[in-house]
Amino acid sequence: MLITSGRRARRLALAVAALTAASVLAGCGSSDDGGGGAAGEASAADLDAALKEGGTITYWTWTPSAEAQVAAFEDQYPNVDVKLVNAGTGNDHYAKLQNAIKAGSGGPDVAQIEYQALPQFALPGDLVDLGQYGLEDYAADYTPSTWAAVHAGEGLYGLPQDSGPMAMFYNKDVFDKLGIDVPTTWDDYVAAARTIKEKDPSSCITNDSGDPGFTTSMIWQAGGQPFQTDGDQVTIDLQDPGTLKWTGVWNQLVEDKLVCTIPGWTEEWFKALGDGTIASIGLGAWAPGVFEQSVPDGAGKWRVAPMPTYDGQPATAENGGSTESVLKQSQNPALAAAFVRWLNHDEGIEPFLESGGFPATVADLEDPAFVDKKLDYFGGQEVNQVLTDAANHVVSGWQYLPYELYANTIYGDTVGKSYQNQSDLNQGLLSWQDALAEYGNQQGFKVN
Amino acid sequence: MSTRRTPVSPLTPRRSPLLTGLMLLFLVYTLVPLVWLILSATKTQADLFSSPGLWFGDHFAFFSNIKETLTYRDGIYLRWLANTLLYVVVGAGGATLLATAAGYGLAKYRFPGRRVVFAVVLGAVAVPGTALAVPTFLMFSNMGLTNTVWAIIIPSLISPFGLYLMWVYAADAVPQELLEAARIDGAGEIRIFFSVALRLLAPGIVTVLLFAVVSTWNNYFLPLIMLSEPKLYPLTVGLTQWSGQATGANAQPVYNLVVTGSLLTIVPLVIVFILLQRFWQSGLSAGSVKQ
Amino acid sequence: MAQVVAQLASRKAVRRTARRTARPPAHGRRWRSRSDTKGWIFVGPFLVVFALAFLAPIAYAAYLSLFREQAFFGTREFVGLDNYVDVFTDNKFWDGALRVLLFFVVQVPIMLGLALVAALAIDSARLYASNFFRLIIFLPYAVPGVVAVLMWGFMYGTNFGLAADVNELLGTSIAPLNKSWMLASIANIVTWEFVGYNMLIFYSALRTVPGDLYEAAAIDGAGALRTVLSIKIPALRGAIAIATIFSIIGTFQLFNEPNILRTLEPNVITTYYTPNLYAYNLSFGGQQYNYSATVAIVMGLLTMVIAYVVQLRGSREAM
Repeated sequence: MLITSGRRARRLALAVAALTAASVLAGCGSSDDGGGGAAGEASAADLDAALKEGGTITYWTWTPSAEAQVAAFEDQYPNVDVKLVNAGTGNDHYAKLQNAIKAGSGGPDVAQIEYQALPQFALPGDLVDLGQYGLEDYAADYTPSTWAAVHAGEGLYGLPQDSGPMAMFYNKDVFDKLGIDVPTTWDDYVAAARTIKEKDPSSCITNDSGDPGFTTSMIWQAGGQPFQTDGDQVTIDLQDPGTLKWTGVWNQLVEDKLVCTIPGWTEEWFKALGDGTIASIGLGAWAPGVFEQSVPDGAGKWRVAPMPTYDGQPATAENGGSTESVLKQSQNPALAAAFVRWLNHDEGIEPFLESGGFPATVADLEDPAFVDKKLDYFGGQEVNQVLTDAANHVVSGWQYLPYELYANTIYGDTVGKSYQNQSDLNQGLLSWQDALAEYGNQQGFKVN
Repeated sequence: MSTRRTPVSPLTPRRSPLLTGLMLLFLVYTLVPLVWLILSATKTQADLFSSPGLWFGDHFAFFSNIKETLTYRDGIYLRWLANTLLYVVVGAGGATLLATAAGYGLAKYRFPGRRVVFAVVLGAVAVPGTALAVPTFLMFSNMGLTNTVWAIIIPSLISPFGLYLMWVYAADAVPQELLEAARIDGAGEIRIFFSVALRLLAPGIVTVLLFAVVSTWNNYFLPLIMLSEPKLYPLTVGLTQWSGQATGANAQPVYNLVVTGSLLTIVPLVIVFILLQRFWQSGLSAGSVKQ
Repeated sequence: MAQVVAQLASRKAVRRTARRTARPPAHGRRWRSRSDTKGWIFVGPFLVVFALAFLAPIAYAAYLSLFREQAFFGTREFVGLDNYVDVFTDNKFWDGALRVLLFFVVQVPIMLGLALVAALAIDSARLYASNFFRLIIFLPYAVPGVVAVLMWGFMYGTNFGLAADVNELLGTSIAPLNKSWMLASIANIVTWEFVGYNMLIFYSALRTVPGDLYEAAAIDGAGALRTVLSIKIPALRGAIAIATIFSIIGTFQLFNEPNILRTLEPNVITTYYTPNLYAYNLSFGGQQYNYSATVAIVMGLLTMVIAYVVQLRGSREAM
């Protein structure tokens, strides 16, 4: 296919090229860090003033209670119009947020951000520091672990919406049938695992096919602090004492094939929870709702107990939970911040709890009406007793990586291999560590 | 159906049960996942996770699922359906028009550089679109096109397959002599295209349209990236959002609506297929007999 | 669909069987150039949209591929072709590239073969209810991707799914989503989705073969098999070529199916399982837009090379 030359051909080619170049140049002139935002001193009074003045803000979230919350807010503050948008769940939502940030526009004023993802948005400076509005004063109203989770570096970037202290959910019917006592230490847990496998090979003590959130929470519970960030210095040590404590126990379960390996949140997983294949599972305090909605066959059979620990003393970690933050590119940050305050500190909490959310506020965690609630699904157990107690025993000092979302994407490539081969988890963790260090250095951090 | 065959015995073979049997096996292969889809649409959310996949659940909820799908969250499904129709009609329709005109141009006008055109089009399509998503997003963002219907429609206006088809079809179905005659009569090129060529190209146009419709109907990735306003979502993105409700804290699974919603999206496609099929069938044979 | 292509090819087949003498190609003749360049009027609109929707992003991606940017500290430096060197020495990239190459060599012939047989069967008038077959075989193409996770999760489920039942029935213990079977399982999904599409292409091509050709063959005493081999298959050459080229492009861009199964088996489907998946995760998982653009461009070039090679061997008649 030869090009036969000709002036007209060249002219059109030039025109097409020019059009292409024009569009490319249009695309190139891009992201500066978004304007907007009140300059200079701000304070809590600004928030009240903003509410009175009114305006419009956009709120991206996927929480089911958002509709009720927004409706209640607009009733209370008729001058404010909140545009509620569900831009996707989890990674879809974050991808759109990243794109909007990079483009400098198109993002919301307020966005839901999970605790693990917060540093990734806060550290590059894409979120508004809410300390300037005096919100640091609310420290005592929240549990220490969630309060720590909404900070990154030196700033405060949101108010905790909910918390997810982990507890052990177990199938009482299966435990009773196989003669197993509720384990309180991890050694007991491993022993129970072996018993279950002996008596009923098709069942298993728990299910773990490799999940980054679960792994980090387990390391957290063991007292590990594998990720430390200080400015642009990042330390990654996935073989620190806490991590090794966890792998010491968990390797037994994985290498001796004592766990089921059904991928979580799939149809098979829900069915296995319902029919007794999976005897117990460690999940955050938001799990009762999931059981009620998606595991109908398990009704009445499950109970909640504190997580087993290494020394028998209560200790747990957080697993899941989010906050709402204000984007730097917001045109009305004061109003956005006022909305966040209402949502997670003031009247917004009630609709959230009504829809089954698990609070991060100390007052609600201690409220007898909440604590003593009996749940039919769990055989009438007052599950919140266990869960609120767990909220008080979260191990302190945990930090997520500034690029935790990335870490989660490559978890399957690295630690996942250990799960797949049912081999030593430490190897997988080291491989994860190497990949994370390489990425961090590439992105301008100084790792290790 | 077999109208083109004359009644001479080797040409009107007996129907073969064996061949039909083999094809039936193939049909079963095709149908099993579809049967799962239909059966799942009859189940409630609870039944989905507690009943065998290839049989009914405890409750028969087909009609209530349909009703709920169409009314969930103020009937956003219908809005998504309307969006999809808009994107398909404008996108696929526009793609067909552009491909027809371009194919005609490539076939009937021997201008220099025309072979390069197709090579460049193929080359561009060969670059994986996922990595182009962010550059496209940034470009469109600067032009103010993101989060608008144009972000979806503009990329779907290019159908390289359609271009190729119409090129080859036009080369054959539109005789040069006819064009020359019209030119001698004094007609302009565009006039010739609309009054002479289009009629002859009709069967090819219908084919390109059918395939463009199906591919724009299932367009997912670019709308996902470009749109952050649920009111503009096509069905594919909307259903994915419903699907995501089942995971994590505060989950409110609605898998039964996802399944029912997906089943409903197939129906219009089937209708389009059946309608266009009849049209293009007759046009084809008629066009081919002439030598 | 490629009825058109096949139409042309079939005409040439007719001429070939009817007349031995070859005619000189028409391309060499020069037409008066006055009206010819008006062709740009018709091609223009397509090219304008094409430039905007495809060329511009590709040009921008090519531009990006010459830089390295840091997602967190905003620095951007020009590195020339360093990214390209990195891609060629990147194990993850080659892991994915070789995988799609293997996939192409095995799955595409099987899928096109099945489509061909189905088209021939439906065209042969030996089937009962051929219209029905045609519609049903095409249906999988119309099923939206969102439901595929649920659907194939069920099909391939070894605890509660169809695979479990099949294993029980046959006494086997195949896990379709484990490392050894995963690629075959993906091939199955792709075949299921696209056989109907390709079958339709071939079928339309067959429908344009003029009836008199079959009459002539019957008079000459040709049986059914001979008719297929001497008339139908040659008539399909062009359609097969174009279907192959588009299958190449589709295979090398394999993304949807592995991505769907990644939810079910994130340990087997790595972030670099196919090059397109790699580019996607680089972009959306790691914000490494520059490297992602490089991977995309390299893949595009590789695909073009292979498509060109295939075209050289196959479709001269169609053009």
